[in-house]
Amino acid sequence: MATVQISLVREHTAKINPPRALWVPFELGRPIGPPGEPDFQRRVLASALGLLEAASGPVLADFPEDAPGGASDDYSGWVCPVNLAPPPASADAGEAAPVLAEIAKLRPWYQVGLERRGRTTVGVSGLAIEDAVTLLAGFLDDPAVASPRADLALPQALKFASEDMRAWYLEAATAKPGPNASKVLNDWFWNETAAGALALKVAAACRRSDDAALKTLGQRSLVPRAYWPLIG
Amino acid sequence: MVRLTDMPDTDARHLREKECPPFDSEPWVTGPPLAGRRVAIVTSAGLHRRDDRSFDMRDTGYRVIDGALSANELVMTHSSTNFDRTGFQQDVNVVFPIDRLRELEAAGEIGSVARYHYSVMGAGWLPHEIEPTAKELAGLLKEDAVNAVLLSPV
Repeated sequence: MATVQISLVREHTAKINPPRALWVPFELGRPIGPPGEPDFQRRVLASALGLLEAASGPVLADFPEDAPGGASDDYSGWVCPVNLAPPPASADAGEAAPVLAEIAKLRPWYQVGLERRGRTTVGVSGLAIEDAVTLLAGFLDDPAVASPRADLALPQALKFASEDMRAWYLEAATAKPGPNASKVLNDWFWNETAAGALALKVAAACRRSDDAALKTLGQRSLVPRAYWPLIG
Repeated sequence: MVRLTDMPDTDARHLREKECPPFDSEPWVTGPPLAGRRVAIVTSAGLHRRDDRSFDMRDTGYRVIDGALSANELVMTHSSTNFDRTGFQQDVNVVFPIDRLRELEAAGEIGSVARYHYSVMGAGWLPHEIEPTAKELAGLLKEDAVNAVLLSPV
């Protein structure tokens, strides 16, 4: 069966030497190009599928265009739609309270995004967003907290709760049309939000755990490698 | 951030150190012109229907994606956190270009879009680890008369 692959890491594809591949100069996570650019995406797809008509191979072609919309770290466009400056800390508020306060502020933007796109990627934990936050905060209070789902072990439940929390924030943050470079958005989440701080604390607690699965989770799968220095 | 040289050092080093065994042969399958091809997508993005079983941390299985599925039914449970998800959150076609494929079909540039597409969770599997899944998928794709497969990473 004839195949053609998109290549995001040219060095890997050159070593593997598959029959047909189109290298694209896009960031990881965006193999067909940036969101909301159907004409550009169609050119990428047509270029890749066009390699199926190559007379001989292996063939590793380079897509000639960079992604439109600027660099992933272009800080010139996006600003958080609400002021998330935290209220004065309360000694007994708990880890969840500042995150839930942020969620209340961001909720209109999450709804706008949901209605504009007609979809959400939130929901892999199966928990309401407030319950996902409560699970993560509860783990900090009690590392032996029970998984809320019978079909998911605690590490996987924590992973999905964390991913739902991040996706919820980022979908709210990208609700407004306009520039939203990925690194800018991720820098905002990990550096400036109570949710990011909570996820970093959960990762740190997992790393301290004697449970091998939790330790692995904290070491690899909760926080992107670029933000590991923020884990306490 | 589009090339290894543009990535943060830690990410670039991790990718450079990945084991990438080459194919031990150079298979070359031809077929009809593109306008006569039936095209399926096989993605390693860990996509699946919202109600499907999620991918776990070490999961070499696959999930079926009906080509007529609503985008809101697609979620991602990939074990890696080291790639951008904001693109997928805003537009499913960034990772799973089903709308673009349908447009190419409507324009007559490809013959047809497969009824079913497939997703695995690509987590640096070595070929022998994922080969049984690949063989099973090949059989399913043949049953759907697919003669062109777009392999898409994430």
